[in-house]
Amino acid sequence: MFPAAFDYRAPTSLDETLSVLKQHGEAAKVMAGGQSLIPLLKLRFSRPELVVDIARLPGLNTIRRDDGHLAIGALVRHVDIAGSKELAKTAPMMVEAANWIADPLVRNRGTLVGSVCHADPAGDWGSVMLALSAEIVARSAASERVLHSSDFFKGPFETALKAEEVATEVRIPVRKGPSGGAYLKLERRVGDFATVAVAVQVELDGDKVASCGIGLTAVGPHNIKATEAERSLDGKEPTDQVIAEAARLAAEAAEPKDDLRGSAAYKKDVVRVFVQRGLKTAIARAKEVKA
Amino acid sequence: MKVTLTVNGSDRSGDVEPRVLLVDFLRTNLRLTGTHVGCDTSSCGACTVLIEGEPVKSCTVLAVQATGRSITTVEGLAQGANLSPIQIGFHEEHGLQCGFCTPGMMLVGTSLLERNPNPTEDEIRWAISGNICRCTGYMNIVKAIKHAAMLREAATATTREKAGAAPGGQ
Amino acid sequence: MATEVHMHGRIGESIKRKEDGRFIRGKGNYLDDIELPGMLHMAILRSPHAHARISSVDTAAASGMPGVIAVVTGELMAQHKLAWMPTLSYDTQAVLATDKVRFQGQEVAAVIAESKYQAEDARDAIMVDYDVLPAVISPQQAKEAGAALIRDDKENQKDNHIYHWEAGDQETTKAAFAKADKVVRLHTFYPRCHPAPLETCGCIADVNGATGKATIYMTSQAPHAIRTVFALVTGLPEQNIRVISPDIGGGFGNKVPVYPGYVVATAASLLIGRPVKWVEDRTENLISTGFARDFHMTGDLAVDKDGKMLALRVHLDSDNGAFFADAQPTKFKAGLFHIVTGSYDIPTAHVTADGYYTNKAPGGVAYRCSFRVTEASYLIERLVTNAAIELGMDQAEFRMKNFIQPEQFPYHSATGWVYDSGDYPKAMNVALEQLGYDELRKDVKARRKKGEVTGIGIASFTEVVGAGHGAEFDILGLRMFDSAELRVHPTGKAILRMGTKSQGQGHETTFAQIVTEELGIPAADVAVEEGDTDTAPYGLGTYASRSTPVAGAATAMVARKLRDKGRKIAAHLLEAAEEDLEWESGRFYVKGSPDKAKTIQEIAFAAYTNIPDGMEAGLEGVHYYDPPNMTYPFGTYAVVIDIDKGTGQVKVRRVVAVDDCGVRINPMIVEGQIHGGLAEGYGIAFMELITFDPEGNCIGSNFIDYLLPTAWETPRFELGETVTPSPHHPLGAKGVGESPTVGSPAAYVNAVMDALAPYGVTNIDMPVTSDKVWAALRAAGVNE
Ligand SMILES: Cc1cc2nc3c(=O)[nH]c(=O)nc-3n(C[C@H](O)[C@H](O)[C@H](O)COP(=O)(O)OP(=O)(O)OC[C@H]3O[C@@H](n4cnc5c(N)ncnc54)[C@H](O)[C@@H]3O)c2cc1C
Ligand code: FES
Ligand code: FES
Repeated sequence: MFPAAFDYRAPTSLDETLSVLKQHGEAAKVMAGGQSLIPLLKLRFSRPELVVDIARLPGLNTIRRDDGHLAIGALVRHVDIAGSKELAKTAPMMVEAANWIADPLVRNRGTLVGSVCHADPAGDWGSVMLALSAEIVARSAASERVLHSSDFFKGPFETALKAEEVATEVRIPVRKGPSGGAYLKLERRVGDFATVAVAVQVELDGDKVASCGIGLTAVGPHNIKATEAERSLDGKEPTDQVIAEAARLAAEAAEPKDDLRGSAAYKKDVVRVFVQRGLKTAIARAKEVKA
Repeated sequence: MKVTLTVNGSDRSGDVEPRVLLVDFLRTNLRLTGTHVGCDTSSCGACTVLIEGEPVKSCTVLAVQATGRSITTVEGLAQGANLSPIQIGFHEEHGLQCGFCTPGMMLVGTSLLERNPNPTEDEIRWAISGNICRCTGYMNIVKAIKHAAMLREAATATTREKAGAAPGGQ
Repeated sequence: MATEVHMHGRIGESIKRKEDGRFIRGKGNYLDDIELPGMLHMAILRSPHAHARISSVDTAAASGMPGVIAVVTGELMAQHKLAWMPTLSYDTQAVLATDKVRFQGQEVAAVIAESKYQAEDARDAIMVDYDVLPAVISPQQAKEAGAALIRDDKENQKDNHIYHWEAGDQETTKAAFAKADKVVRLHTFYPRCHPAPLETCGCIADVNGATGKATIYMTSQAPHAIRTVFALVTGLPEQNIRVISPDIGGGFGNKVPVYPGYVVATAASLLIGRPVKWVEDRTENLISTGFARDFHMTGDLAVDKDGKMLALRVHLDSDNGAFFADAQPTKFKAGLFHIVTGSYDIPTAHVTADGYYTNKAPGGVAYRCSFRVTEASYLIERLVTNAAIELGMDQAEFRMKNFIQPEQFPYHSATGWVYDSGDYPKAMNVALEQLGYDELRKDVKARRKKGEVTGIGIASFTEVVGAGHGAEFDILGLRMFDSAELRVHPTGKAILRMGTKSQGQGHETTFAQIVTEELGIPAADVAVEEGDTDTAPYGLGTYASRSTPVAGAATAMVARKLRDKGRKIAAHLLEAAEEDLEWESGRFYVKGSPDKAKTIQEIAFAAYTNIPDGMEAGLEGVHYYDPPNMTYPFGTYAVVIDIDKGTGQVKVRRVVAVDDCGVRINPMIVEGQIHGGLAEGYGIAFMELITFDPEGNCIGSNFIDYLLPTAWETPRFELGETVTPSPHHPLGAKGVGESPTVGSPAAYVNAVMDALAPYGVTNIDMPVTSDKVWAALRAAGVNE
């Protein structure tokens, strides 16, 4: 299987990239690591006239600590996240999640931002972004927008990005209180896309939950933020009962379909099990941070 | 479109359509056929090459993306007649049967040992988890990479010894 | 290397493989590595529908695209009488569809172009109009009244039934069942899976217009048989066909059949006068080439109150796809499935089988299995475990009680097999010991008390490999013998050629070792060549674990022939009587005076320089070996698993595999084969699946959904062995390549069933995926 023919540009500045995109609109496709785009090109599911390779843009491969958030550039790869000391400290759940993504070879090329822009409902990063309440920075020749992750995912492979926009970075808010997270993924085999995965992030205030984020993978048309489950924990002491109720609500938020990976009922139940386990792990980790 | 890159230490170039995959460029244009193709969904790792020392799937990289980069393929592992430790390891431990996955496995192993000279069994299995072998059941591949680690360790020990023993050595 | 000086490589020595050198340097010569001057590339257009009538094929746009040399359709093939070809099971198969498409992925047209990218571009531009017909996707549907008739091309075919086949004795079995205290039934489906070697199938056809010679490079496990089939299909004289199997990147049965692509590429090369390469991609491989299994089986086991097996009754419905193209011996429509009584002394048995056409890919092959033995072994071993659980007996104990005993060999089975040799209790004991079975049983009890879901599975399989004998076993009438030709050169080095073809099994090493054993020439001095039909002697190829049992025996026999001649030459050189000479590895010496000796190298030199009067010069020979019987490798596998109650995920904690494959020629290679097969067995048990939606769309036709195990989840195998030589094989060897895929799936699944037995679960069909286990757990009220 080989891609249909296309033109190729590899600009060396963001401005050049944005003007090329403006000029070509829907006919152009941005390529970062190519780990989702090239498979689609090979299947000829995607047939752009022009591929704009952003891999040579300067300054986009950094993880920066900015005012109140971490900024992860568009060229930061899964492997960079898996090995980041900064993230291991400030957002360890991301390190955990990075190791669940694809396989070591794909992790050496694929990017977090590319994955978020690809918006595969079975993609892992979307849930992580939702659980962490991340923001996505979108640049076009005309403007810069900052989109909250909960407004970003619109449908399968559909986001709020416009054709002429490039996502330059994602921003992860840095928590003040003690916090912990967990990424749990059920896959048929290592390297597989999720059957179900769950991202959980908890911030504690004393013995109570100050805030909580829960993202669900592969159980709907896009990654889902389990808002009701999150709210059910707010200000509460996370007893087994409270956790079980949050898990039940998260399972309710899931809208999976029957497929080769399992029945909808199965997937919903795994959401429940994983949210339950994830909350317990996240809370234990938050307590460790506190201690 | 012109592609210029370094392959196994030599400058190489070719004129290809942008859609040409790196694996096809290596196999067809450069006639380096040790890099194989085992699937069309980026799932098997038979096409593994190193770009700047890191293993990637060359079926999921366009040749044009590799412009200016340094590539290592299986053909670049041996130094002339001298096999590299990983090649010796695969031979000694029967780490290959049909040999189709072997170039990819050896390149991943090489890159792993560069980062982690003494990996555990779990670390090895994790590192090769993007490469499918249909023949060996992986047992001897793990042993082969361990064997290579041992050879490298022995080689550095000898170099260290030599350096220490050399008159006027630091 | 210093160690290799005394490592001659006799039988039993784990010498390193001779073939490794080229592979570790990236210098293997696989099919797709071959580039011929002027070579064109072919891409095949395949049916998107499982069942549809073709109303039109429009190639105009495609023909005009850049680089396109030709577009081949079924109509064009029909003009050359090549639209259909015979199958290995005496049926016909469409080469390119003319009337209907009968499975999704069926070959409809082909583009020949200057580059493979251009060939695919043009393939997209071929327009085909289809009238979609209802699809039949299971034997159950195939036999329903009013089911769509798939093979309306065959005059006398009025329904979708292909064959009915029986073995054993219906009457005595019925009588035994009448007297049984208990009958245990298992209905199980061994689903469709695929050998999926890492290298896909392909060929390069190079028909030389000037000489008329067709050289066909092909990923074939059986090049000689392919040559004959090609001669019959195309009408080309057989001496003008040369099939070359280069290095093969794994086969596992996938590379035995003749695929339509080979025929189209050859026809195209003939018409165009340039070499044509066709290499299928992975999707084509999984969607259209030799699948495996797809047997719906029901087994009834009759036992008495003491747990003695009395009789076995089995029925199976086989899903053969759109054309009956199984690669198997002529006589046996369901392969060697009637080995289904397995390792047990079951007095009587009756096996019935029915085959059906469905709208699925044809070409049932033995995925690392000797013609359907895997299905048989799976059924009996699953049934035996279920029976033990139902009887409240320990799985191991129940097996021990019913094993064929060592003194019963040669054992005549209820379905007509004559088992050559075996010691089943011994293999079982070695396995249990190595596993620490008694301790583990206690551990399982303790864990269960704590609420864990855990279990141990056992399978004690018997394989039947090494087909022939040729009078019983043939493929399209070709007797299943095999051959070896050995030429010892004047300097004492040798070349051995065989009719088999390695796909990673290490023939270049193993077969050289047989020569070492028999003639004393160091393995390093014996070149082994296979796969070129112009140079190698005729043979039926490598599959069904038959190379060592058949070609290995041929090698030993030809070496012995040369040794006999060598004795005459040595007698002449030593001026001694032949009877006074003793042979020890590599030399003849005069009895009583060991110093008076001639080495094989000296003898070889003399064979060309100094022979007795009247003797033919040279030291060469050929042997065609037709085995007197099959060989019967066996073993006991034991698996320990743990189940996650929350997700249903199964984790394999331990695998102990004790194999008895008779004499091991190169133990390192044997163990490598076992590792590989255990991993494939693991894949089959837990993840490998080709399945279909109700419209007949094939799901699992790429490596995203057809999952192969990686190093991460593949268990770490613990091997053990016993050695019971085959009494009729010249070296006592039995063959091993397939034992682990035959034995292990049942062991894995039995472990899961053992874990779920306390909850009353009696069966989960493979692949045992987490969702199925979860459903079973929740149905039994187990929750997290
Ligand atoms: C075998 C395999 C297994 C995988 N398994 C998983 C898995 O388990 N979990 C998982 O989450 N993912 C998985 N992936 C996908 C992988 O994570 C990809 O790396 C990721 O989805 C895309 O990142 P990329 O940089 O390669 O993006 P690309 O492929 O380059 O681009 C993907 C899409 O995003 C757009 N895009 C990329 N960057 C930007 C940007 N900065 N601004 C605007 N648009 C942009 C592109 O136009 C394209 O539409 C797998 C991929 C493969 C090949
Ligand atoms: S060929 Fe399979 S991953 Fe590249
Ligand atoms: S050795 Fe054959 S695929 Fe690995």
